[in-house]
Amino acid sequence: MDATILSFLLLDGLQNGVVYGLLALSLVLVFAVTRVILVPIGELLMFAPLSLVWLLEGKLPGTLWLALALGGAWALMDRGRGALLPLLGGVGLFLLFLVAQGRPFLAHGAAVLLVVYLGVATYRVFFQPMRGATVLSLLIMAVGLHVAYQGLGLVFFGPEQFRPAPLLSGEVMVGLSWQGVLVLLFAALSLAGLYLFFRFSLFGKALLAAAENRLGARLSGIRPEEAGMVAFGIASLLAALSGLLLAPLINAAYFMGFMLGLKGFVAAILGGLASYPVAFLGALLVGLFESFTSFYASAYKEALVFLLLVPALFYQSLRARTVEE
Amino acid sequence: MRYLWFLLLLLPWVLSPFPYYLTLLNFFALSAMVALSLYVLTGLAGMTSFAQAAFMGMGAYATALVTLKLGLSPWLGLLAGLGSAFLLALLLGGLTVRLKGHFLPLSTIAWQVALYILAGNLVGLTGGHTGLTDLPPLGLFGIPLDTGLRYAFLTLFLLALLILALYNLRHSRIGRALLALRGDALAAASFGVDPAALRLKAFLLSGTIAGLAGFLYAHFLRFVNPTPFSLEASIKYLVMAVAGGVGSIPGVLLGAAFFTGLEDWLKDLLPLFLGRQGNYETIGYGLILALILILAPKGLWPLVERYLPSRDPGLPQGEPLSLRSPDGPRGEVVLEARGLQKSFGGLLAVAGVSFSLKRGEILALIGPNGAGKSTTFNLVAGALLPDRGQVYLFGQEITGLPPHRIHALGLGRTFQHPHLFPELTVLENAALGTHSRTRAGFFQALLGLSRKEEEQALATAYRALVRVGLESLALEKAERLSVGQQRLLEIARVLASGAEVLLLDEPGAGLRAQEKRELASLLRSLVREGYTVLIVDHDMDLIMGLADRVVVMNYGEKIAEGSPKEVQRNPLVRAAYLGEEEVA
Repeated sequence: MDATILSFLLLDGLQNGVVYGLLALSLVLVFAVTRVILVPIGELLMFAPLSLVWLLEGKLPGTLWLALALGGAWALMDRGRGALLPLLGGVGLFLLFLVAQGRPFLAHGAAVLLVVYLGVATYRVFFQPMRGATVLSLLIMAVGLHVAYQGLGLVFFGPEQFRPAPLLSGEVMVGLSWQGVLVLLFAALSLAGLYLFFRFSLFGKALLAAAENRLGARLSGIRPEEAGMVAFGIASLLAALSGLLLAPLINAAYFMGFMLGLKGFVAAILGGLASYPVAFLGALLVGLFESFTSFYASAYKEALVFLLLVPALFYQSLRARTVEE
Repeated sequence: MRYLWFLLLLLPWVLSPFPYYLTLLNFFALSAMVALSLYVLTGLAGMTSFAQAAFMGMGAYATALVTLKLGLSPWLGLLAGLGSAFLLALLLGGLTVRLKGHFLPLSTIAWQVALYILAGNLVGLTGGHTGLTDLPPLGLFGIPLDTGLRYAFLTLFLLALLILALYNLRHSRIGRALLALRGDALAAASFGVDPAALRLKAFLLSGTIAGLAGFLYAHFLRFVNPTPFSLEASIKYLVMAVAGGVGSIPGVLLGAAFFTGLEDWLKDLLPLFLGRQGNYETIGYGLILALILILAPKGLWPLVERYLPSRDPGLPQGEPLSLRSPDGPRGEVVLEARGLQKSFGGLLAVAGVSFSLKRGEILALIGPNGAGKSTTFNLVAGALLPDRGQVYLFGQEITGLPPHRIHALGLGRTFQHPHLFPELTVLENAALGTHSRTRAGFFQALLGLSRKEEEQALATAYRALVRVGLESLALEKAERLSVGQQRLLEIARVLASGAEVLLLDEPGAGLRAQEKRELASLLRSLVREGYTVLIVDHDMDLIMGLADRVVVMNYGEKIAEGSPKEVQRNPLVRAAYLGEEEVA
């Protein structure tokens, strides 16, 4: 291996690693606030670029109808004044999609908003009625939604792979495209944004409080439903933006989100599903490990990543003691 | 009743004119086995796995390699299949059973995906996506099982056997312990159940059952490729089990039957409806799963069961277990705490507390809220690990031992908030107490060899219920008990365990005056029989009339010890309780 290949692998690993990292952060956040392990995050991620491709071709994507259907269910479940948010959001989203067809700038925004709306509606429609269910039931629900959304993705977008045009074309140097730089920049900005949000905004602190102790948060006036929706909203936003930025570098297709999400999980598990910094560092490790294994054993790279789980689980097993109550 | 499932063997005859339905019947039997493997794991043990198809794959590929590459008998393939599924379960389970509940399912997703990729890429070994073809048919007594009809007899016979074994398991000490573990790991551990070991065994059993289904699958189609062992397949089995009702055997079978039919129908219908080919049935699985989880979280079976006549199991008739009744010289020290210390973060909850409990006495540990009583209690019972200090039980150091080991030495506890299993009967709740006095393991339970011991265990539990006056409620679900009755049931559970030292955490809380008097007289008569009681409570009336000695705690320290009269006069105690300042 020479220096060029080494730097190429490093950059590639870093670029994928930061995306896994953002997914891992989203997963840890959603888990902490709602106890949901958000398996369908990969589908949410892929829906953004695929919807964008459809919009740029002047077509309305099926994901729009899915989002509107879930928004309708959400409005029915809330009725009264609570229904205003999903109704207005749904109408706004629909109008935006009508305008955004064939207009790249608007289309990017529309794709992101679609995924955020879909993510929040998913929480409201499927997870909120299960409040009080065990982590296990919530996980089974999440896996069910993953297969359903993946199947719908196939219906909406077909089995083909798409490569949307990058926002910035060209290369900085060999192995690092401007789009890749954009991914890294975006990750850095997201990290800073999340830090500021949780450190300084009242709502961010409320969210952390809700994650720490739900009953206590509730007693101090933080509604768990609201916290849950915001957590899902943030996770969907990060997923959608990552998806849009990553899609020009990989080939976007309905089935690809799951693997990305799964690597986010591996990273989140490395952090014990509890620590944000360890999860992010774990994600960088996953990215680099994957990039080097793909050089040596490319057919098995997707499988080898999961080997990282062995030492992580073993270590956590050694530390775990006695019985959870 | 449970033998009626062998009537399933009539189905192949009924369906013999329709080869297509015979194939479907075989698929039902195989799916039902995998779904039953999830009954063990999810329904009984409260864990779950998204890798059951991978376990099937282990069974299928092992037999394919043994028969095709080594040219050996399929029955050796069966051994290899079960063995490799077992080893995979051992690896996966060993890494995760000690961790919080969600690590196991998450890791199973990852391993499932990884194994699927390996099966598709290790072309030299597995034939890649084209797979391995021309497996030999199974043969029994010289008859090749090469038709759908013959094979259906084998698969349904094995299915009925499996159902029988799992009924046996459910109604055994292991089944009870698994259900207890699912409901409340701490309570289960306090009665001698080793949570990690039992979870691991359940996972091994579950994986091996799925491996068996994989072996049968391979020799039924006589062809293996990765597709039927994918994550989607694993999810399909989980959907079957959850939709039917993963908490009961008929529910799981209902789910398997329903989905085997539905899958067939969806595979035909959806492409017509959507106008192209693809894996569209997964949408149906996902949405059905979501609807069932929201609308009928316990699955479809409870909706059906309501209309079926229920059978009363009757009260236990057998002889109770021969438990050692408490004996030993009165006044000898049975439990001793020396310099116990525990802090949570910066808060020093218990700061160097020592006391000893003597045989045949009632010692009360009292103190204002936040004095550290409950923490001390949990340190003694092994639910918490002390930072410093030691605990001795019958002269043997038990510091740092897990609750299930401490219990086995003769210490039983109750909980401040009753830790009972609301869906089990009062009798079964009490019978959990006998766990560490009974021996039957997984194999004996599955084979139904532990019936005699089980009858004894139930009889012991019943006798304990009589002792506390709950015998008339023995067959009710525990969820129907009042708080006072729940506390009595917790005491009965301890008595059924044969423990001599009883640790009672606020047994008087939530009781009416009359109930408190009854509790007090029960405890007094137990002490006369030689039991020893450590009681934690705030209830001064109860304690002062009941305890022989009192230890008073405040701010994590012991501030007084003596007879009820003595401590009542103690100025420090008065200050702690009444807030009198500057007593010195």
